[in-house]
Amino acid sequence: MTETLTVDGLTVHYATREGALQALRDVDLNVPAGQIVGIVGESGCGKSTLINALLQLMSENARIAAGSVTLEGEELVGAPSRRLRDMRGRDISVVFQDPMTSLNPVLTIGRQMHDIQYREKISRAEKTRRAADMLGRVGLPDPVAKLDAYPHELSGGQRQRVAIAMAVLMRPKLLIADEPTTALDATLEVQIIDLLKELQREIGCAILFISHHLGVIAELCDRVVVMYAGEAVEEGPVADVFNTPSHPYTAKLIECDPGRMKTKAALLPAIPGDLPDLTAPPTGCIFRDRCDKAAEICRTSPTPSAVTGAHWARCHFAGGGRQ
Amino acid sequence: MTQPILKLRDVVVEFPALRGLKALMAPRDARHVQALNGISLEVMRGETLAIVGESGSGKTTLARAINGLLPLAGGEIWFKDIALHQRPDWHDIRRQMAMMFQDPVGSLSPRKTVRDLVLEPFAIHGRKAGNPTETAARLLEDAGLNADFLNRYPHQLSGGQARRVGVARALALNPAVVLADEPTAGLDVSVQGEILNLLNAIKAEHGLTTVIITHNLNILRHIADRIAVMYLGRIVEIGPVTQIMEAPRHPYTAALMSANPEPDPTTRRERIILSGETPALTSRPTGCEFHPRCPVARDDCSARVPELTQSGPRAVSCHYPISENT
Amino acid sequence: MMDRLKHSLIGRLLADPMAVFAMAIIVGLVIVAVFADVISPHDHTAMNLADRFAPPSSTYWLGTDNLGRDTFSRLAQGSRIALYVALVAVSISGLIGLTLGMIAGFGPRWLDNVLLFVFDTLRAYPTIILALALAALLPRGLSTVIIVVVITSFSEYGRVVRTQTLSLKNAEFILAERAMGASAARIVFHHVLPNVLGPFFILAAMNLPVVITIEAGMSFLGIGVPPGTPSWGATLKDGFDYIRNTPWIIIAGGLPLILVTLGFTFLGEALRDQLDPKLRKSR
Repeated sequence: MTETLTVDGLTVHYATREGALQALRDVDLNVPAGQIVGIVGESGCGKSTLINALLQLMSENARIAAGSVTLEGEELVGAPSRRLRDMRGRDISVVFQDPMTSLNPVLTIGRQMHDIQYREKISRAEKTRRAADMLGRVGLPDPVAKLDAYPHELSGGQRQRVAIAMAVLMRPKLLIADEPTTALDATLEVQIIDLLKELQREIGCAILFISHHLGVIAELCDRVVVMYAGEAVEEGPVADVFNTPSHPYTAKLIECDPGRMKTKAALLPAIPGDLPDLTAPPTGCIFRDRCDKAAEICRTSPTPSAVTGAHWARCHFAGGGRQ
Repeated sequence: MTQPILKLRDVVVEFPALRGLKALMAPRDARHVQALNGISLEVMRGETLAIVGESGSGKTTLARAINGLLPLAGGEIWFKDIALHQRPDWHDIRRQMAMMFQDPVGSLSPRKTVRDLVLEPFAIHGRKAGNPTETAARLLEDAGLNADFLNRYPHQLSGGQARRVGVARALALNPAVVLADEPTAGLDVSVQGEILNLLNAIKAEHGLTTVIITHNLNILRHIADRIAVMYLGRIVEIGPVTQIMEAPRHPYTAALMSANPEPDPTTRRERIILSGETPALTSRPTGCEFHPRCPVARDDCSARVPELTQSGPRAVSCHYPISENT
Repeated sequence: MMDRLKHSLIGRLLADPMAVFAMAIIVGLVIVAVFADVISPHDHTAMNLADRFAPPSSTYWLGTDNLGRDTFSRLAQGSRIALYVALVAVSISGLIGLTLGMIAGFGPRWLDNVLLFVFDTLRAYPTIILALALAALLPRGLSTVIIVVVITSFSEYGRVVRTQTLSLKNAEFILAERAMGASAARIVFHHVLPNVLGPFFILAAMNLPVVITIEAGMSFLGIGVPPGTPSWGATLKDGFDYIRNTPWIIIAGGLPLILVTLGFTFLGEALRDQLDPKLRKSR
């Protein structure tokens, strides 16, 4: 199986007054061609930093301290900015959480979809045809008329469909979906999930799907990566990770989801404690302070241990290690 | 049966649909849209009623109308025996009816310390807080925060901590009713449970009546006694939480409940996917307002307006409700 | 609470070289104004006709003017006038603008429209034209200068404060205050005011040098202070008449104006950078 995206040992630091904030530490991640990989994690886990690093669009005080990001074998870290500009929108594209802010409010949908195709040496009529075709594919009624519409004339769900159509218009190798359903209602959320599945089958691009919603990840993804405080703590096929979570954080996170409990719970589970200070992360396991299983050995940093074939967790007790 | 503490009769809230000259030239009934279109419900003393619905359903508008933040265009609201639709003394009513807003941090005045924020109700209502710092510390402790937080500012709090400050403040003057708008919004799953446990504990301890506005279906059965499902400013179904969630009778409720993705990749249940989106308030469909999206709509659904019909503890507004044995 | 805020704000300002430079100039100006009588080597009104148009020397540090008055002493005295006009005019116009701006932003829509009309009308007049018109009606003197400044500049504060207030009006914490039963006055003074003061002070700091320049400009045109008053503008005007033979008068007269403008502008910018949460890194 070929990898579309490979992230290897990615470490990103932000310069702050208090010193270097280690937002990502030694993150490994693979997105195989034609698969949907989910990233799940709560606020502060480093999801946004990861997306920015994948696109090589980082804020001024951010620095990649180590690691590499390769797209179909091509290294992106340190690549010339011209080359990166060339790849963004064509080889990698993104769907953001809020389509109202990712679409330009003063240009028509058609104009914006033309602009994406600026590199193509085809006629205007052909560009319009392709744009309308793609709008039809994402399930917008009356796609030709929609080309003349402005973003505010569409409803929230329609705008997100347009954003998706724009993202896949150039048939990217990798589509990054950053919480694309979070701003939508439940009945629209399922529509968008179905659409992404369908598009993935048709276009065959790899999708990196970021969400904090476990249900959506379970529904849509082939593989899942669980992130906590800047580290990837567990990765594996969705069914394996959800059925036999092997990192205590993953287990707790799944346990906390009230949707799992079908009867009224007297006391809902939660994870007590706070995220560690990432300017001075504790030595050893990053989850140690909040973990019930923490033992003496957790003062040393765990390395990823295999649970089964493609399923691993960064925990000393994972994979029948020392349970 | 216990007494209702809040009673709503045909409540209507309107928003201006047009501005400026257009509004002057339009016919009278086109100048406004109805965000709430005839809401009737009762909230019993000591119960938790959850109001669920998607964006645009009017659930936030409903909470604000009850609290007098939005004027009524019609209908009646009774709080105990006070008529809230007849210019009541809001200052006093708001002491007895606390409200929590969606954004945990954004609903706290940004340049006040936690201490001042928690004591704000005392200042507003001219109540003595005893030893202010002790009172503030006690209120925080009841909400699960220690006194170290007294001198922090809102931007120095996490979402969960800010939510606890909001809870502490809402309870400061022992209100009879708490209106909570999306109490879990902006909170991570790992924190959400703690906040809901806190709300449940407080409710049990003080015998509070709570109205919770939420679109988070997962939390419903853990916090609510009854739920009311809203669509386009109307209640389409209301009743005890387990009955509604397990055997919804309105096709919209059924679709909403089935739309919620499960965190378990092995259970793939039958899902009703609704076509299209909630129509705009300016173009309400005729007859049953859900009929254009309804998977089981029949011809006459577009012609006749259904009424909210009571049967036992629950009520549904549908001509052809899903029967219990299917 | 204000104490802590100020404390941390001053601490942050001291870490900013631009702000330190600005504050040094401003502190210098204040010292000169307070101790003008002590540090002046000569009486600023004393005419010494023998030493007319004297170039800068150890006796006359910045030379003398056409009447043989010591330029340095006159400028030192002038700093009092400059500071007085700037502080009084900015305080009055700021207070009016702050009040009207909050009323416009928080009050009913019709009142907002009326006040906006007033603000826009006043802002449409060029300051100097209005100054000339008012100078024709009012007696010559500092009060006229202050009135001109107040009339032309309060609308600027008003607009800024109104926009800020308007954006706060629908903020959730304001709704939360209303839902707790807080009165409009309490909301405005306790919750809106602290949040509009930041941008307001920045604007005021940036406006101080503008006011000093207006005073100088009006005095230069002969519609400001009465003749003989040692305002910076008057010194400039005196120097301008003799610019060909004795350029040091006008150069010396312009220096404090330039320094003060730089000082207050830099301070305003530093304040803006430090008070705007978007430009400031969270602690």
